[in-house]
Amino acid sequence: MGKVKVNRSQPSLDMTPMVDLAFLLVTFFMLTTKFAPEEPVVVDMPSSISEIKMPDTDILTISISKEGIVFFNLDGKYTREALIGKIGEKYGLQFTSKETHAFSLLSSFGVPIGNLKEFLDLDPEARKLVKQTGIPADSAHNELSDWIILSRMSNPKLRVAIKGDRDSNYPIIKKVINTLIDNRVTRFNFITNLEKEG
Amino acid sequence: MSEISSDSGKKKGDKVRSKKSSTKIDMTPMVDLAFLLLTFFMLTTTFNKPQTMEITMPEKPKAEDKQPLVNEKKVLTIVLGKDSKVYWYQGITDPKVELTDFSAEGIRKVLVQKNAQITDLVVLIKPSDESKYKNVVDILDEMQISNIARFALVDITSVDKELIKDVPL
Repeated sequence: MGKVKVNRSQPSLDMTPMVDLAFLLVTFFMLTTKFAPEEPVVVDMPSSISEIKMPDTDILTISISKEGIVFFNLDGKYTREALIGKIGEKYGLQFTSKETHAFSLLSSFGVPIGNLKEFLDLDPEARKLVKQTGIPADSAHNELSDWIILSRMSNPKLRVAIKGDRDSNYPIIKKVINTLIDNRVTRFNFITNLEKEG
Repeated sequence: MSEISSDSGKKKGDKVRSKKSSTKIDMTPMVDLAFLLLTFFMLTTTFNKPQTMEITMPEKPKAEDKQPLVNEKKVLTIVLGKDSKVYWYQGITDPKVELTDFSAEGIRKVLVQKNAQITDLVVLIKPSDESKYKNVVDILDEMQISNIARFALVDITSVDKELIKDVPL
């Protein structure tokens, strides 16, 4: 009776396909990930059954926080540079190239135009600590209206989206909507989350 | 030089023996890193892009524009009140106001029923000053669910404010 020969090779495994796959996925996620820009406030959007996806470009976002503070955001670096120039012209303010650059990189903001220069001069870290009071949208003093008109002049393809907090009061939303209608923006979007059916 | 080092084991033969060390390298740290990155990107990626609702509001009517007339019996008014309350009534003159809520048995039932009964139903949505943005989005959602083609977001009037005040809780 011969002894059973035990195969004494190392129990090693070829990991190459797994590594290939892992790197493929890493590359995929790295390329598809888009980091969400930092928002000055957290806006908890209401849910809806609407399944229309947000377009990625040419979007003007008006965010409304829970407290009713209005924030403005526009995408596109060059559009923003054009916009700040127009705002400066209209309000008789001179923005330096450094301020223009800072504005083009800004995400959502909510400061009156009078304080904008000051706000842009701060460095990005200090800007986060500033308590933003919102863009005035009252009928007597409506800066939001100017922002909208001049943005649409800078980019005619612009679509307006309203991103309201679920608990913000209706009157402030109404003010924003009325501002839009006054500027003949009658088609706009409400940004919502997908409804989770329970 | 190489001969000296290599012939320590064998004397026979003059061939230079190259070292047979394995060419494999330990890939474990690289794989660890790859999976770490993979996990990180998988967790940070958000696939769900935000949804939007498209709203089209009428333009401001000009003085010379003629407003279309609507049979008041075909008008259903929904007033959004405080704390997610929903008041609704049909018609304009001497309406009977009823209170309901946002559940499936609440306003949706009313809307589906009315939409089936009345052809060319027009729904007026009047959010009161105490209502929240969430309520507005919810009611617009209900319009879509119950397939109502004609609805409008209108400002609340003092008449409506009086009407909903009298409704018992």
